[in-house]
Formats: sequence, structure tokens, C-alpha cells
Amino acid sequence: MDINQIPIPNVSPNLVIVSLFSLIAVVTGIGVVAFNNPIRSMLSLVANFFTLAFIYFSMGAEMMGIQQIVVYTGAIMVLFLFVIMLLNLSTDSLTMTRKFDVKPFLAVPVGLGVFALIASQILLPFKDTRTPSAPDATAVSVGWGSPQALGRALFTGYVWPFEIISLLLMVGIVGAILLARRRVEA
Amino acid sequence: MPLLAYLGLGLFMFVTGSIGVVIRRNPVVVFMCIELMLNAVNLTFLAFARYAPSPLLLEKQPAWMAGQMAVIFVMAVAAAEVAVGLGIIMAIFRLKNKVDLDELSSMRG
Repeated sequence: MDINQIPIPNVSPNLVIVSLFSLIAVVTGIGVVAFNNPIRSMLSLVANFFTLAFIYFSMGAEMMGIQQIVVYTGAIMVLFLFVIMLLNLSTDSLTMTRKFDVKPFLAVPVGLGVFALIASQILLPFKDTRTPSAPDATAVSVGWGSPQALGRALFTGYVWPFEIISLLLMVGIVGAILLARRRVEA
Repeated sequence: MPLLAYLGLGLFMFVTGSIGVVIRRNPVVVFMCIELMLNAVNLTFLAFARYAPSPLLLEKQPAWMAGQMAVIFVMAVAAAEVAVGLGIIMAIFRLKNKVDLDELSSMRG
């Protein structure tokens, strides 16, 4: 058989990198659910968010990747860590391995079934979409995920949603303080 | 780079998160699984924004900005949701001294 007859799969460096990060994201995503200790779940979720940020970088959405690292792993996951430490649960109540439960044994087949069901319905029409149509960064222009493009869109076309979100965050801050403070003796 | 890779990863993370919401009994871990689902949706938004744009939307914004704007707003809503939700968990813990979701059934009708 001629060596030239063997089909060479079209493997780009981007595909290798994204596959590697996807593998890490899958393993850490399973780890979030499977670890008994919530601190281990949290650290695995942090790793998952980091790999997701790298995937965003590989897509050219660099501002979203930076936000993923700063907002999610920097702010939200630290909030989780604070709450886990503040609750100060003993190891027994932290891991909750006391009673037998049938649900974890059903989880894998049910999850695979849901995955197969949704994938068979939704993923198939997109199997031929291979070329991105959003512009990547070139020497003379910024890409589709650059801070410049994002800021221009956020403060022109999307300025009202932006303002409403600021209101929502304000309500969230006040509500969190109200819920988490100790009751004052009257 | 096929679009299918991003969508498949997003779907897998979403299913993992939803299974975790069902099987875990620690409310903090349930919140983490919700974060996992939100991030799966963010990944899907960005993949669609990059690969399948339509013509101009909303005051001549490029269509690939719509997905990124959705991701920004999802992140902001997630931050508010986590702050309030963890506040509720702390209030419940202070009241009952336990956080096992299977034992917190006082709201059951």
C-alpha cells in the first residue's frame, strides 16, 4: 500500500490545545460532582474555570477569558471558600457520608442518557460548521473578543441592560448583607 | 476547529452540573454545580458567537457581540445569585446548625 494513500487527519495546533484543555475541563467537572469534600470540589471547579478561560483565549475571546479568571475564580470562588470556612462544619457533616443513597449509582447512566438525548437532537445539525465567521485579530484591526470591541458594544447598544445589571448587583449586595448578618438583640 | 467540540464540551459540563444538583446533599456543592452549568452555557454562547453570526443586530452592533454580552450578563447574575444564595445558606446554618439538603424539609407542603 502506498504511503500517500493513507488519509492524514487534519490536526491543527489549535485542535490539540483545545482537546487537551477540554480533557482537563471534563475531568475536573466530574471531580466537582464526585468529590465528597466540598473544598476538593471547589478546587476542582477553580481548575475547571481556569481551563475554560484558556479555551476562551484559544477562541480569540480574550476579554471573556480574563473576566472568567478575574470574576469567577477571583471573586465568586473566593466567596465559596469564605462560606465553607465560615460554616466551619465538622468533617462528618462536611462530607455527609453517613447514610446510604441510591442516587449516585443512578447518576452515570442517567447522565449519559441525557447527554445522548440532547446531543442527538442538537449537535448533529452543526457537524459541518468548521470555519469561524467572527473576525480574528490581525495586524491592523482588533479581534471580535478584544476589550475595545467589547467596550464599544457595552456602552452603546447594550447600555440599558448594563445599567439594569448594576441595579441587580446593588440589590444582591444589600440582600447578602441582610441575610448573612447576625440578628441584633432588640 | 469544529464548532461541535465546543458544543460537546458545553453539553457535557451542563449535564454533569445538573446531575450534581440532583445527587449532592451539601447546598454549597449544589451551588458549585449551578456555577458549572452557567459556565457551560457561557461556553456555548461564545462558541455560537464566534461560529454562527447573523447580520447586524440591535443598533448595528455586530452579531458576534450579542453572545459576549449575554456572557457578561450571565456572569453578573451569577455573582448576585451566589452572594444571596450563600447568605441564605449561612442564615439557615445559624438557625438550624446543619445544612444537609435532605433534612431541610420545613418548606415541604
